[in-house]
Amino acid sequence: MGPRELILGNIAKSLKESALSPSSRQEIETRLSAHANNTVPRRGQGENEAQTALFIAEAERVNATTERLDGLEQVGEAVLRYLASHNLPGSVKVAPHPLLENVDWSKHPTLDVARGRAEDSDQASLSVARAGVAETGTLVLHSGPECPTTLNFLPDNHIVLLPQSQLVGAYEEAWEMLRGDSNAMPRTVNWVTGPSRSADIEQTLLLGAHGPRRLHILIINDKKTT
Amino acid sequence: MQSTSRHFNSNARKGIADAKLQAALSKLSHGFPVKRLAAMARLPEFEALRDDARDIKEHTLANLGTYLEIYEAKVLESGGHVHWATDAADACEIILGICRDVDAKTVTKGKSMISEEIAVNEYLENNGVQPIETDLGEYIIQLRHEPPSHIIAPAIHLSKEQVAETFRGEHRHLQTGRNLDEPRTLLEEARGELRRKFIAADVGITGANMVIAETGTSIIVTNEGNGDLTQTLPKTHIVIASIEKVVPTLEDATTILRVLARSATGQEMSVYNTFSTGPKRPEDLDGPENYHVVMLDNGRSKMLGGEFHDMLRCIRCSACLNHCPVYKAIGGHAYGWVYSGPMGAVLIPGLQGLAETHDLPGASTFCGKCEDVCPMRIPLPRMLRSWREKAYAARLGSTKARFGLAAWAFLARRPSFYRPIMAFGVGLLALIGRRGRFSTLPLAGGWTASRDLSAPEGTTFLSQWKRGKR
Repeated sequence: MGPRELILGNIAKSLKESALSPSSRQEIETRLSAHANNTVPRRGQGENEAQTALFIAEAERVNATTERLDGLEQVGEAVLRYLASHNLPGSVKVAPHPLLENVDWSKHPTLDVARGRAEDSDQASLSVARAGVAETGTLVLHSGPECPTTLNFLPDNHIVLLPQSQLVGAYEEAWEMLRGDSNAMPRTVNWVTGPSRSADIEQTLLLGAHGPRRLHILIINDKKTT
Repeated sequence: MQSTSRHFNSNARKGIADAKLQAALSKLSHGFPVKRLAAMARLPEFEALRDDARDIKEHTLANLGTYLEIYEAKVLESGGHVHWATDAADACEIILGICRDVDAKTVTKGKSMISEEIAVNEYLENNGVQPIETDLGEYIIQLRHEPPSHIIAPAIHLSKEQVAETFRGEHRHLQTGRNLDEPRTLLEEARGELRRKFIAADVGITGANMVIAETGTSIIVTNEGNGDLTQTLPKTHIVIASIEKVVPTLEDATTILRVLARSATGQEMSVYNTFSTGPKRPEDLDGPENYHVVMLDNGRSKMLGGEFHDMLRCIRCSACLNHCPVYKAIGGHAYGWVYSGPMGAVLIPGLQGLAETHDLPGASTFCGKCEDVCPMRIPLPRMLRSWREKAYAARLGSTKARFGLAAWAFLARRPSFYRPIMAFGVGLLALIGRRGRFSTLPLAGGWTASRDLSAPEGTTFLSQWKRGKR
């Protein structure tokens, strides 16, 4: 008997001898396809504008910075301003995302824009979140040809673009968005709540452990276009 | 690692006498527990979420075989591999096999308690593959060849001076006169050292906080981002999970994540919650080409449905450690293995048997705080009591304690002896203990060595009851 059969056999034996009451295969399949919500905290529920305010407050509580922009045409300027404010060189690795293709980078000749995955030498990246969750100021990003995962972790400065229409109250709503996008899960879904940190030395909280030292969120007002 | 749980009593005494350890432990009460309370206060649904979390795990455990089969099928569907391991030796061999298949020289690792449990680092090293821990705390204790002393803060027993000394000894290519006085400079040095290793690694190994049957997904929860660099940069990602980590759906995992960070560090949510499903897709620009899951049993299937079944709900948040008066007095190393605190005192005998571990269930005052704070509502004191009963029945433990218990039981079952003897004893102690407490007392040296014993007030409860003093 192989290890798989041995383990599953032991599990079956223990369950049979126990007082636990198993569900039928049908009940389990139904539970999985229903994927019902459990308790969902009320605090994320409300109008989009209230959710946006909550998202900003929660993200800033965990040391992210945020900025509200009126449209995509302001993105280039905002990125330049952000890099300058931290004395960073004017260069950014940008996700090959269709939304960012609409940004007219040529208006900013001093900004060096490269597209693709992140390399160790990249100091700043710009990616696009699939959703923002107001409950805890959490960004939901996922892998794909338009959003390489390395952009979220390698550079010291991570800038994320979040269309305001994609701001939701609870994580469950973000799962529904992803289920609507595709039948299969992306290779990776990243929930990001603030920049990297560690308190492993004497319980002293420090930002920038291995991932980004800074997380800056650009919330784009996209209601005019949708 | 080799367990030293059989030396629990002497380990604990060593911990109490260790001034550096005591200084480190004294900070624990002001950190995680305070933040946990603040996070709970902000979330009125916290108690309801705990109930949900417990129910989700109970439902999954009652159908564990079915959910594991569904999970496995989903992993295969997404292009990943699942390897089953009955014990630590199986798991180590599987992991080494995968490393050899891709000709791996170095392996980066995210924090994983199961990898500590199976001691895979030692095994890989002995077979020519270099494992590198990348969680800051784990990196420090790997350099010091120590086991973790806390589930989520593995180097909590160390001072920054000890860490600096370790780094000076290890990072010999750096300037000798460099400043390593503060946690910040220590962190920066570790970040710099590990960055190169992340990029050079051939394989990345992570644990899994949960795996999801619905989608064949594994989850890691971290604050540093090291787990993500570990699993994104190398060509091969190996996930080590144990059978009780499975939950049905994304929504179920979400509910448990809502109680996990709040119970652990008091954060509303950890910085990085990462959901991984299979290897890199053909059109992706990054990510691992191979995705393997090693599914470990190591004694858990035998705990299922039995007296210690509830322990399988544990999500390794460490709330029970952070609130335990015994853990906070002796530290994690005293428990002699990779787990510690109340959850360790229940789980270690469950996985290793009582013969060598029977002193661990004694590491409790039965104050009940561990059960109070457990997000999964695990009845830890009840299970500690069960282990003590089993140890007594199996005639394990010190003869002095067994003799004392037997003598007390003999008397307690004979009220006509018991009452006058107690009345005499209580009266005598009240008479000689007029100061209200004893700082020394014959036969009670173990107690009075580190604290005073309160003196009784003169009469027993029963005699007061009879006099109608209620």
